[in-house]
Amino acid sequence: MLTVLVLSAALALVFFYAPDDADQGFVQRIFYIHVPLAIVALGGFVVGAAMAVAHLRTRDPRWDMRSYVAIHLALVLAVGVLITGAIWARAAWGVWWDWNDSTLVSFLIIFLLYATYQPLRFAIEDPERQARYASVFAVVAGVFVPLNFMAVRLAQAYVHPSLGSAKNLPGSMRLTFLVSLAGIALLYATLWKYEMTSKYASAQLRALRRKLGAPDATARRSAAPALPPAAQGTV
Amino acid sequence: MSAPGPTAAGPSTASVVFALLRKELRVELRTLESVPAMSLLAVTTFVLFHFGLNRGRVDGDLAAGVLWVTLLFASMLAINRLFVADLEQGGFDGFLLAPVSRSALLLAKAAALGVYLVALELVAVPAFALLLLGPSIGGALPGLVASLALADLGIAAVGTLVAALAVRTRARDLIGPLVALPLLIPVLLSGARLSAPLLAGGGPGPLAGRWLATLALYDLVFGLIAYAVFDFLLED
Repeated sequence: MLTVLVLSAALALVFFYAPDDADQGFVQRIFYIHVPLAIVALGGFVVGAAMAVAHLRTRDPRWDMRSYVAIHLALVLAVGVLITGAIWARAAWGVWWDWNDSTLVSFLIIFLLYATYQPLRFAIEDPERQARYASVFAVVAGVFVPLNFMAVRLAQAYVHPSLGSAKNLPGSMRLTFLVSLAGIALLYATLWKYEMTSKYASAQLRALRRKLGAPDATARRSAAPALPPAAQGTV
Repeated sequence: MSAPGPTAAGPSTASVVFALLRKELRVELRTLESVPAMSLLAVTTFVLFHFGLNRGRVDGDLAAGVLWVTLLFASMLAINRLFVADLEQGGFDGFLLAPVSRSALLLAKAAALGVYLVALELVAVPAFALLLLGPSIGGALPGLVASLALADLGIAAVGTLVAALAVRTRARDLIGPLVALPLLIPVLLSGARLSAPLLAGGGPGPLAGRWLATLALYDLVFGLIAYAVFDFLLED
């Protein structure tokens, strides 16, 4: 509910409150979606890595599920980042893709790396090993995120409109930006919660069906972790 | 059963690593599974680049890119094969039964991969100089050796980790390169930036310190990460 409120407020601010950018005009407003999406997606990858560490330490399959959902949703947001980034680049620089922009390129590399997360899970049959290997991957990739940004940034002289410049925004723009960031972070958290609930519900459903001896109609190969019945509980 | 077993401390890690490395290299010498294939792939790739780029001679950026991309792809062959024999012939089980630190396997495998990479480069770099490189390689050699050595450390650490991750998956030949290549992009980037001025037409330029530092940082971070998470890949 809060998510809906903050997101609508953010969109209202983006379209009616924030001023047009002096040299980019109306299209600069995509900034309020693009940058928060990117921040939340990267944050999601890092949170996923932290949850993977928790999984490796406790061996609790619920942490693996949390980590999986966090990375999975961050990957969805990352697609949004790449698309909005390309649209903005087209409007601002006249090209759909610019190799000189380090942030864009780093993001693509990270996206390509995380795109292998699901195939990796999918390729391991044993659920326990799948969870363990996926967590190892999540930790390694989580460490890779900042290192990769550093390396690619070194390579380019170009300046991406960087996070630091948010401090130099005029007040009305900054307010809009912060509300958007909060809105998208809340959206991510809400989606995470919903997906977790849905995963638990379908695990419970499967367990019940098995108890009734019904044919396992929901058994479909999926990259998502399968929770053992004992591990079910609250999000 | 009072036979004197191994002492409580077990054999020292260094001797275990050394024994494993010797086994690894002996297997490679007898089967010739990795290094010849890597070298052949590298030379073939140079030929492919010759036709693909329609160039007889390359220098600067282009030379650095051709060399590093080729080395990276050739190293994928060794990464894919690194643990296959252990999985298929019970090497893992034997190792896990032994009362030794599991990190010894990481160190030994990474060292073996490092040796394969050096062997690959001993073939690939002269072949590159002979077949494609425009300027003479002489002056560039010290800088090139330094950057290759640092890059090999990183490739060995990440490669061993990814190899252990991929070997038990169903599509291991697919998963290995798919995970390893994005992870190795910083190595490619720094390596290529380091060697581009070395291979430039007008004689070798200076070695860029910040790229050496980036490579060293990469080696350090991924060496530590590999050390921290490798144990979790072996518990079966």
